[in-house]
Amino acid sequence: MEFFHKVTRFPFMNTRKVWYGLSAVLIVASLALVVMRGLNLGVDFTGGVVVETNFPQPPNIEQLRGALAKSAVAAAQVQAFGSSRDILVRLPPDPNAKGDQIGARILEIFKTVDGGAKLQRTEVVGPQVGQELFVKGAWALVATLALILVYVLLRFTPKLALGAIFAVLHDPICVVGFFALTQITFDLTAISAILAVIGYSLNDTVIVFDRVRERARTARKLAIAQVIDESINQTLSRTLMTKLVTLLVVVALLIFGGETLHGFSAALVIGIIAGTYSSIYISAALALDLGLRTDDLLERKLTKPEEIDGLP
Amino acid sequence: MISYPRWKIVLVAVVLVIGILLALPNLFGEESALQLARDRSVVTPADRASIEELLRSKGVAPSGAFLEQGRLTLRFRSKQDQLKARDVITEAQPNQFTIALSQASRVPEWMRNLGLSPLKLGLDLRGGVYLVYQVDVAGAVKQQLDHREQDFRASLRTARIPYQDVQVDYPADEVRVLFRDADSLAKGKAAILEDNRNLNLTETTINSAPALALRLTPQEIKEREDYAVQQNITILRNRLNSPELAVSEPQVAREGIDRIAIQLPGLQNSAEVKKILGKTATLEFRMVDETNNPFDAVAGHVPLGSKLYYTRDKQPVLLKRDVVVTGDQLTDASFQPNTQDGPAVSVSLDTRGASKMLKNTEENIGHLMAVVFIDRSREKNAQGVEVDRTTEEVINRATIRGVFSNNFQITGVNPIEGRELALLLRAGGLAAPLTEVEERAIGPSLGQDNIDKGVNAMVFGMLAAFVFMAIYYKLFGLIADVVLVANVVLLTAFLSLVGAALTLPGIAAVVLTVGMAVDANILIYERIREELRNGVSPRAAITAGFDRAFSAIADSNVTALIAGVVLWLFGAGAVRGFAVVLVIGIATSMFTSLMGSRALVQVVYGGRRKVDRLSI
Repeated sequence: MEFFHKVTRFPFMNTRKVWYGLSAVLIVASLALVVMRGLNLGVDFTGGVVVETNFPQPPNIEQLRGALAKSAVAAAQVQAFGSSRDILVRLPPDPNAKGDQIGARILEIFKTVDGGAKLQRTEVVGPQVGQELFVKGAWALVATLALILVYVLLRFTPKLALGAIFAVLHDPICVVGFFALTQITFDLTAISAILAVIGYSLNDTVIVFDRVRERARTARKLAIAQVIDESINQTLSRTLMTKLVTLLVVVALLIFGGETLHGFSAALVIGIIAGTYSSIYISAALALDLGLRTDDLLERKLTKPEEIDGLP
Repeated sequence: MISYPRWKIVLVAVVLVIGILLALPNLFGEESALQLARDRSVVTPADRASIEELLRSKGVAPSGAFLEQGRLTLRFRSKQDQLKARDVITEAQPNQFTIALSQASRVPEWMRNLGLSPLKLGLDLRGGVYLVYQVDVAGAVKQQLDHREQDFRASLRTARIPYQDVQVDYPADEVRVLFRDADSLAKGKAAILEDNRNLNLTETTINSAPALALRLTPQEIKEREDYAVQQNITILRNRLNSPELAVSEPQVAREGIDRIAIQLPGLQNSAEVKKILGKTATLEFRMVDETNNPFDAVAGHVPLGSKLYYTRDKQPVLLKRDVVVTGDQLTDASFQPNTQDGPAVSVSLDTRGASKMLKNTEENIGHLMAVVFIDRSREKNAQGVEVDRTTEEVINRATIRGVFSNNFQITGVNPIEGRELALLLRAGGLAAPLTEVEERAIGPSLGQDNIDKGVNAMVFGMLAAFVFMAIYYKLFGLIADVVLVANVVLLTAFLSLVGAALTLPGIAAVVLTVGMAVDANILIYERIREELRNGVSPRAAITAGFDRAFSAIADSNVTALIAGVVLWLFGAGAVRGFAVVLVIGIATSMFTSLMGSRALVQVVYGGRRKVDRLSI
């Protein structure tokens, strides 16, 4: 078997208890963070007002806060947004506030501090809409997971499918935990990123499973744990390469994409890392502990005779 | 020879050429432009010629011009030229056109004639205002019930049939008419049915009185709600497209069951537009009650059949309760700034309104007729609760001097009001009140900033991927790079073709798609390397690499596609922009990696008699 000479031989299955432990820690920590610190929900979900302004020179934020307080504007947050010259003001939902008025009013107040202040962006979201978007976002997550489960069930045996789905669940939980930890604003784009991560992180799992199925048929005498180990090792280079290149691209997005895409690209980075980890260490190991046997993989061969022709 | 069907190579080439052609318009960039529209008619080629001539003579010749959907777009080399040209046109031909400032692509005319157009930019890249209104559909149903109540009363009164009461039960969606006896019930039913056909009236007894009940079915309620939303969309569109507002390319679309989303690209200050959009102003024509003293009415003695109103300068006026003509019978209205009686709104009535007006003026020559201006607006009171406020004012009282029917003028308006009133009357009344629930306004500098950042991220991200691929996979890596460029071209082509708007998350999706398209290539190449290690010949390795990686690529893309489609269905605004690009990007990347890259490998290695080594 000398053509495997470049292939790694990590004992993934023997050490799987360690990785389960690590995953358990990650998941528990993520959930604990979400419960304890909560998510910094964006205006999309809470409703309210966001006003972004730009200054020719970095303003003194305390001074801006003071000016707002003096004019009786109950700003919840005044903070730098991206650069120190961009200032974001956030207000809680106020039934009396109308978007154009509040934006213009804040600009006027800021102009007393620095005449060169410019209004960049105003967002006004009614509390009702915010709540609806949150519920819709949650449903989108559930629907995506359910549809992917159905697809994986059709494509693989139930044990592999369950392993895959758990590995997939693992990733958004880590991403949400990351948002709770860093308190980066969790908004609609973050949800889009999570959905993209779910769809994308299944990639490697599918590739590993494809290989497990293929190996199980060619090397029937091997124990299933060994088949899985070999499959993961054989596909390791492509799993890592594909993720590496995608990470390169997404990191470019994180660096150059600006503040608006910050949460989005951060979610992708964390999601891709978590996804790669879970598809190498968790998904196949879980299938093994669910009692996956070589026979499970051979059964499908009989029901799908056209695949026999493809084998050497 | 490595075998790969020739037709597939041809197919890839054809798709690519079409893609390049479709993506081409995006290379030309944009210029400041003016958009000219005419009120209720189109701008003709003759207009175009005369305006171009005019501008040339004033030294601000446009760098391009085209007519589209009855609007003339003129492009200028600079912002200064644009503004100067606007002044020149308004000065030379006042009130001829309405002029909106906008941006237009430099795409040459022959491309435009082929129907090729550049990508549309979303509001976050272009700057502009996004508004979402909630339609009060329950209010629309209430209105329907109120109309029925009034109709029933009118029918019974005209037929002189005694009745106890007409009640509306809003929670039950029911209108009830209570009679004194069975005889008047039978007559009343006949009278009502004669005026209102196809009503499903049921006979019941309420408080031991014989009664008629009309209940709206769930079907009718749903129809009424749908109608209210659709009607409002039409009205909002009319208002936005009216020359008085001069908004360029407004978009109005239904969102969900009872919401309307409006996109106003390039708009800076939403206050003016919002003021017009939410308005429900209309007019009523009533005869003046000349026999009673309005000051008695102020003291509390309003005579039966009359109603107390006030004029602009707070003078009480008594008007007859019966309305001669209402605003919804108006078919057209336009503002006349300079008539001999000052600013005026000239109006046209539909046939029903015209015949009523004719009859009324015939009967009442020498009497006073009043025009009542009604403005319903929805406001929040001090407690933050929404209340409907109705302002009714008599704007004009005039003696009827002659008989008229469908065309006449209303004076007594000030210029700003007159313009607005004409707009609102022409666009029609809202079928149900609107509440603003969401607004996002993005300034133009932030838009440009977003474009720069998005483009930077894309360029650096792609560059990183390109360099990596070329170093790691050598010639095959270069092939992948070419394929990646082709992927972006095809994606751009497709987005330009379907007219989907590119948003900042959309650009992020392009970047992500590039990452995923690289994936597919890596899967194929790693498989080829593995086959080579297994001692397979280079040719067989290529074939096996592409064939065997196929199922993995397909599987992994299907799951990403599922996520993309769910996002598409669920998302609104910027999120949908992300999903659209993601879904289309997955499709184009599958095509380019599986077929495009295979075809290119074939072109590079296929012609060789013997392939000893692969540069991979």
